[in-house]
Amino acid sequence: MENTPAIRFENITKAFGTKVVANKNVTMDIASGEIVALLGENGSGKTTLMNMLSGIYRQDEGEIYINGEEVQITSPKDAYDLGIGMIHQHFKLVDVFTSIENIALGLDKKTTGANKEIADKVQEICDKYGFDVDPKKKVYNMTVSEKQTLEIVKTLYRGANILILDEPTAVLTPQETEKLFAVIRNMKADGKTIIIITHKLNEVLEISDHVAILRKGEYIGTVPTSEATVQSLTDMMVGEKVELDIERPEIQDKKLRLSVNHLGCKDKYGVTILDDMSFDAYGGEILGIAGISGSGQKQLLESIAGLQPTEQGSSILYIDPETNTPTEIIGKSVLQIKKMGIALAFVPEDRLGMGLVGSMDMTDNMMLRSYRKGHNIFTDRKTPRDLAFKVKDELEVATPGISTPVRKLSGGNVQKVLVGREIATEPTVMMAAYAVRGLDINTSYTIYRLLNEQKKKGVAVIYVGEDLDVLLALCDRIAVLCGGKLNGIVDGRTATKEEVGMMMTHLHENGQKEQEVQD
Amino acid sequence: MFAAFFHRAVLQAISLLFGCTGEIVTEKSGNLNLGIPGIMYVGGISGVIGAFLYENSLPDKSEASWFLAIFIPLLCCLAGSLIMGLIYCFLTTTLRANQNVTGLALTTFGVGLGKYFGGVLIKLVNADVPSVTVSMTSNYYKATFPFADDLGWFGEMFLSYGFLTYVAIIIAFVAGIYLKRTRSGLNLRAVGENPATADAAGISVTKYKYLATCIGSMIAGLGGLFYVMNNASGVWSNNGLDNIGWLAIALVIFTAWKPNFAIVGALLFGGLSIAPYYLSLYDIVDINLRTKPFFDMLPYIVTVIVLIINSMRKKRENQPPEALGLSYFREDR
Repeated sequence: MENTPAIRFENITKAFGTKVVANKNVTMDIASGEIVALLGENGSGKTTLMNMLSGIYRQDEGEIYINGEEVQITSPKDAYDLGIGMIHQHFKLVDVFTSIENIALGLDKKTTGANKEIADKVQEICDKYGFDVDPKKKVYNMTVSEKQTLEIVKTLYRGANILILDEPTAVLTPQETEKLFAVIRNMKADGKTIIIITHKLNEVLEISDHVAILRKGEYIGTVPTSEATVQSLTDMMVGEKVELDIERPEIQDKKLRLSVNHLGCKDKYGVTILDDMSFDAYGGEILGIAGISGSGQKQLLESIAGLQPTEQGSSILYIDPETNTPTEIIGKSVLQIKKMGIALAFVPEDRLGMGLVGSMDMTDNMMLRSYRKGHNIFTDRKTPRDLAFKVKDELEVATPGISTPVRKLSGGNVQKVLVGREIATEPTVMMAAYAVRGLDINTSYTIYRLLNEQKKKGVAVIYVGEDLDVLLALCDRIAVLCGGKLNGIVDGRTATKEEVGMMMTHLHENGQKEQEVQD
Repeated sequence: MFAAFFHRAVLQAISLLFGCTGEIVTEKSGNLNLGIPGIMYVGGISGVIGAFLYENSLPDKSEASWFLAIFIPLLCCLAGSLIMGLIYCFLTTTLRANQNVTGLALTTFGVGLGKYFGGVLIKLVNADVPSVTVSMTSNYYKATFPFADDLGWFGEMFLSYGFLTYVAIIIAFVAGIYLKRTRSGLNLRAVGENPATADAAGISVTKYKYLATCIGSMIAGLGGLFYVMNNASGVWSNNGLDNIGWLAIALVIFTAWKPNFAIVGALLFGGLSIAPYYLSLYDIVDINLRTKPFFDMLPYIVTVIVLIINSMRKKRENQPPEALGLSYFREDR
């Protein structure tokens, strides 16, 4: 049985709806008894592929073989029965239960009287692999690392031989990561097959035996880690340079518009999301923000928009283009920022959550920006309606009519409505997060064109992107984030994809590196 | 005197206890069934229909069998409430409809259905008063322990009730043990807290939601039957049941989703609802049309206070199941 792979995917295809194809014809083997890293950019379909293995999703086409036998995995229970256990990025634990109760979930024991039995076996597993689990502790009292340990023990308790860990180190401190890796090596020594989904290259090189790479839902190849370098993996992960013919007008009149200084923020668990970030944004240029998703992009933009509570000492100065006087944005609410006359346009990542109201039509969505205007108690519907028509015509929004609820439009058209509305506010600062995610090529180019138009008008454009080719073709400067820190700013005209890719995954020694753009 | 008060309070409490236990079991699966008032209505009228048909099928009431007189209405009641529970589950679990809207619709539907069939029965008997009476069945339901009268205050306080009273308390106890001590109860709680986790652990979320909601509905339906047979002495008069359902839902929150505590809570609510009348006997308070609504509010006010205290204590175990009111779909992204 030595040559039989633990897992074999054959022609796996999975699509969500009609537009989003998460996995396309994936055929790959995962060798038994190895640590395999599944590498790929965001949206490359790593998690989707693994979710099919763990029974969360069902493939549209293709077969899965476990130890050489074709299997039908229709539910998580099937996956467990086959010895497959997945540790999800968002832990599957019940907060108000203790460790033992979480482990006992779904087991075929009649009473909880058998808890003693479970506790003993848990202790056995802990001793064997070097875990530390407090059986009586409630999950809501646990740290992230403890929760993760519990998840792994839970899977092992169920006799999993194939363990899938989805971004296991994303939430861990370096020390906790080391501990996790030690445990993973112990499990490997015990003959288990381990798949780690990740995009951290240094960890891949440290822990894995083989690296399997996915790009845009397709399988690219598997290489032995011993033969891989950060460079070769980056190349496979991001792919060949795609020739993109995106216009990049010369900077006309560059003026300091936003000055971010020592910006920091923490999430609700007290984990640092943004760490002492300082940079400037200029009117008349497009500043790209690159980084692996979750590196702090969202919090950065929301801090500027006045939506994110920040740490002491953070400062974001807005320099008014007319008067040239700086004003502090930090500590002000969205409404206050607006009242100060700062024209901030924000195209958030979550279009139908934060950007638009899905069940309202185009006119009403336009009105979200203007309903405070006017002097009497009645809202002015005429101006937004005119704007809706204008956006529809100029951006060629494909819709049955402006009174159709926007959630019924396709992703690209929703984005056009949102961008159209934001541009209509005549902003001085425009922020767009993943503005072309899920859009077809034509709509994407429309969005690039609109951003360039804003740039020519002297607007400071901040563009958070995930496609490095686009970032390099569109942006004047690119700020690269890595784990909540600013890892450096590169010139979009001279930087290479490899350079940026490296900066996204490897924190620079001295923390920050500023490469000023040559004027 | 106290024994009499206690006796009345228990009678008031039992319908509430049925409704409350049923709703706790339902909510533990993550289904917020606001259809409880409607389900209790349907439970009540189904029992009355069963009793009515049986009573009228007898040429002479003295030939009645106690077994049939009890079990026909009981089974009718359970069947009626089960159908209501199934409707709720099908809409919310299978079709993933909004739970609040479905529940409220079910209440409106159930109350309407109860009143409609109540009206039909009233028409059938051509009664002078707008009510229908199944007093023979009621008497079977109200039958107490034969030796209760000989035991003085002890008998009056603990033994002078129909069998459903004890059934209610046993069900509440069993539900408490089930939720707290059994593996299946643990799974059920997991479904209500975090269905994705339960699903990933190999628990059939749909099965648990259906079973818990349907069984919960049947338990609640018994509350309707108890009200008609024991509190109203078998007289169905198309009203009186509405507020019991809502009070039962309030009681669920009051008891922090613990069936054992529901027994005490129901007794407290029952006591609160009759206390003003007892106090007025001693001229402590004055009950009239103007003050009555205020006294009727008492249980709700207590619930609000408990809610405030609970949210201030921030104890996670006293909070509603985390996924309460949310539909679950495995492939949600």
